[in-house]
Amino acid sequence: MSRRALIACAVLLLAACVLPFVVTNYRVFQMSLVLVYAIALLGLNILTGYNGQISLGHGAFYAIGAYCTAILMDQAGLPYWATIPIAGAVCLLAGFLFGLPALRLEGLYLAVATLALAVSTPQILKSHPLEKWTGGVQGIVIVKPDPPAFLAAAGIKLNQDQWLYFFTLAVAVAMFALGWNLLRGRVGRALVAIRDHHTAAEVMGINTALYKSLAFGVSAMYTGIAGALGAIAVQFVAPDSFGAFLSLVFLVGIVIGGLASLSGALYGALFIQFVPNIADEVSKAAPWAIFGVFLIGFMYLMPVGVAGALRMLTARLTRRKLSQPKEAIA
Amino acid sequence: MKRTLLPIAAVLAAALALPATAQKKYDPGASDSEIKIGNTNPYSGPASAYGTIGKSIAAYFKMVNERGGINGRKVNFISYDDGYSPPKTVEMARKLVEQDEVLLLFQTLGTPSNTAIQKYMNGKKVPQLFVATGATKWNDPKGNPWTMGWQPNYQTEGKIYAKHILQTKPNAKIAVLYQNDDYGKDYLKGFEDGLGAKKSMIVAKASYEVADPTVDSQIVQLKASGADVFFNITTPKFAAQAIRAAYDTGWKPVHYLNNVSNSVGSVLTPAGLEKSVGIITTAYLKDPTDKTWENDAAMKTWRAFMAKYYPDGNLADPFNVYGYTVGRTLEQVLKQCGDNLTRENVMKQAASLKRLQLDTLLPGIAISTGPSDFAPIEAMQLERFNGKQFELFGSVISSED
Repeated sequence: MSRRALIACAVLLLAACVLPFVVTNYRVFQMSLVLVYAIALLGLNILTGYNGQISLGHGAFYAIGAYCTAILMDQAGLPYWATIPIAGAVCLLAGFLFGLPALRLEGLYLAVATLALAVSTPQILKSHPLEKWTGGVQGIVIVKPDPPAFLAAAGIKLNQDQWLYFFTLAVAVAMFALGWNLLRGRVGRALVAIRDHHTAAEVMGINTALYKSLAFGVSAMYTGIAGALGAIAVQFVAPDSFGAFLSLVFLVGIVIGGLASLSGALYGALFIQFVPNIADEVSKAAPWAIFGVFLIGFMYLMPVGVAGALRMLTARLTRRKLSQPKEAIA
Repeated sequence: MKRTLLPIAAVLAAALALPATAQKKYDPGASDSEIKIGNTNPYSGPASAYGTIGKSIAAYFKMVNERGGINGRKVNFISYDDGYSPPKTVEMARKLVEQDEVLLLFQTLGTPSNTAIQKYMNGKKVPQLFVATGATKWNDPKGNPWTMGWQPNYQTEGKIYAKHILQTKPNAKIAVLYQNDDYGKDYLKGFEDGLGAKKSMIVAKASYEVADPTVDSQIVQLKASGADVFFNITTPKFAAQAIRAAYDTGWKPVHYLNNVSNSVGSVLTPAGLEKSVGIITTAYLKDPTDKTWENDAAMKTWRAFMAKYYPDGNLADPFNVYGYTVGRTLEQVLKQCGDNLTRENVMKQAASLKRLQLDTLLPGIAISTGPSDFAPIEAMQLERFNGKQFELFGSVISSED
């Protein structure tokens, strides 16, 4: 990471820490959701952006993560923080297993196969054999976590929303650091090589089958962890929360944010969190038509996503100053 | 003379004015000039057919404001789209309460959506008033004193059918088909409670899953029980299948069909209108397509309202009568609140409606609530399908008495 990128990250993190003390609780809650979506989008970006496998079914992994947390909290009485790694592990396994048969499918065929995941998830969650755990159509209501006692003892007073935000922020930072580490080295190069030229990658000795299934697993894990955090933030899970549309929204998020870019996940998350609200305020009659206008506008003005557009902008500014291109921040 | 009277007049004026100002009490969302009301509706997504309820309510309050508002205060009705997605409902409810600072939430739509925000609303002590769902759990004044339903709930309706069977066919043998989820079980519980000691009249029960392709085998099983009354607790697709299957197997029971599926267009027509003759169901609102109400004053007023304030709205859609009627209910509650517009008083007034008559409800149906009765509408009238349309018959049946 260049020094400038490091400074940018530090400033961003500082701003993120100050934020909950200057805005209302409702905004804090919304920002928690942005962080949740950012983690989910990062997961999908690893699969689609870096590895070139299109998934229209990531809402399913988000749902699995959310339900893992809800069931473990509701039925096993586990504390919320302990459910996060379990939800991640379950989704890692589920993603890896789904990734194995998916190896035979390429491009659009894979997209259609994953779409099956998305459309079947709400129905499976409602199904009778699972109702004991999932609560059927009614879903599960979970308790919002209080800030831990040691913080209060240390004299730091946070409300539930602020605490949840910081908790989510900590997980998000850890997940982004992990993602950055994973993608900048050998693994990342292998994933990109498979995306760019499958046969060439195989000739170079990359175990494409393993990498592709692993990409699926890791991607699902990210999205599952996001789902778990989302469930805690919303305090409720129900089948109707995880319709097929959620998966499409995730895909929209990574394309708008910027494919194969870490920071793109954050821009995408801001987009999917706030633009539907703006659209709703513009028109009650056709909110999704307005959303569509935004979508077309963004794609037309920034065909490589927000991250890509910013990268080009920085590159142009730097070139003008130094008259030679420098490594851009991702 | 003038000078001596002046101070007296001033004292008098002050004395008159004082209690009025002292009585005025406001919580967030209410002021001398405005009452802010929040709402979520699915304007987009799979349940967007319900979105017209939110639009007709908005139109209703537009009319109220043009007439001068409620006790001189304009209603500011803020409605957001939640796409029938519970997490979005949570976000929007929080926006309404914390950012827009509404006095109350009104007619938030959908059972899962309302479940998602119930804990939050009761924690915040903000009214979640007249929610748009038929589940029975909203009538829980002790556990959730800030949540209240409006329409007759599933258990109420089940009790009404039970009552009618006990009156007309005391020796009936009853078969029940129900959807195996909270909705189906809610109906079944009300029905069994309504039969009370005579619960043994139910000779056969069969359930189906939403994922099942058909309910044919269940119908065969129920027919074999020798039942002569059939209570059909199914959602539209399965209702149509059950009606057809019962007719085709030659089973001729007295057929009760739940209100959820009483649509001529989407249930009886696909099942076959000639196969649906004699089906009994319930209603509580005047049906805008029913010829009986063609010259009814209330429905004429409603049509004039639609023409002026919601010209895009569908005049055949019962949801628009629903939105109009529930809007009138809230208007009455806020009128009763007077100048004491606190959240506590809103709930108190909502829980003290005494036989409120609204003329878009069927004649004889009134809205009553109490501190331990958070189910406003508890009466319905039976109607029977004559091959063309439903015909109301008998008197209004209430589950209360």
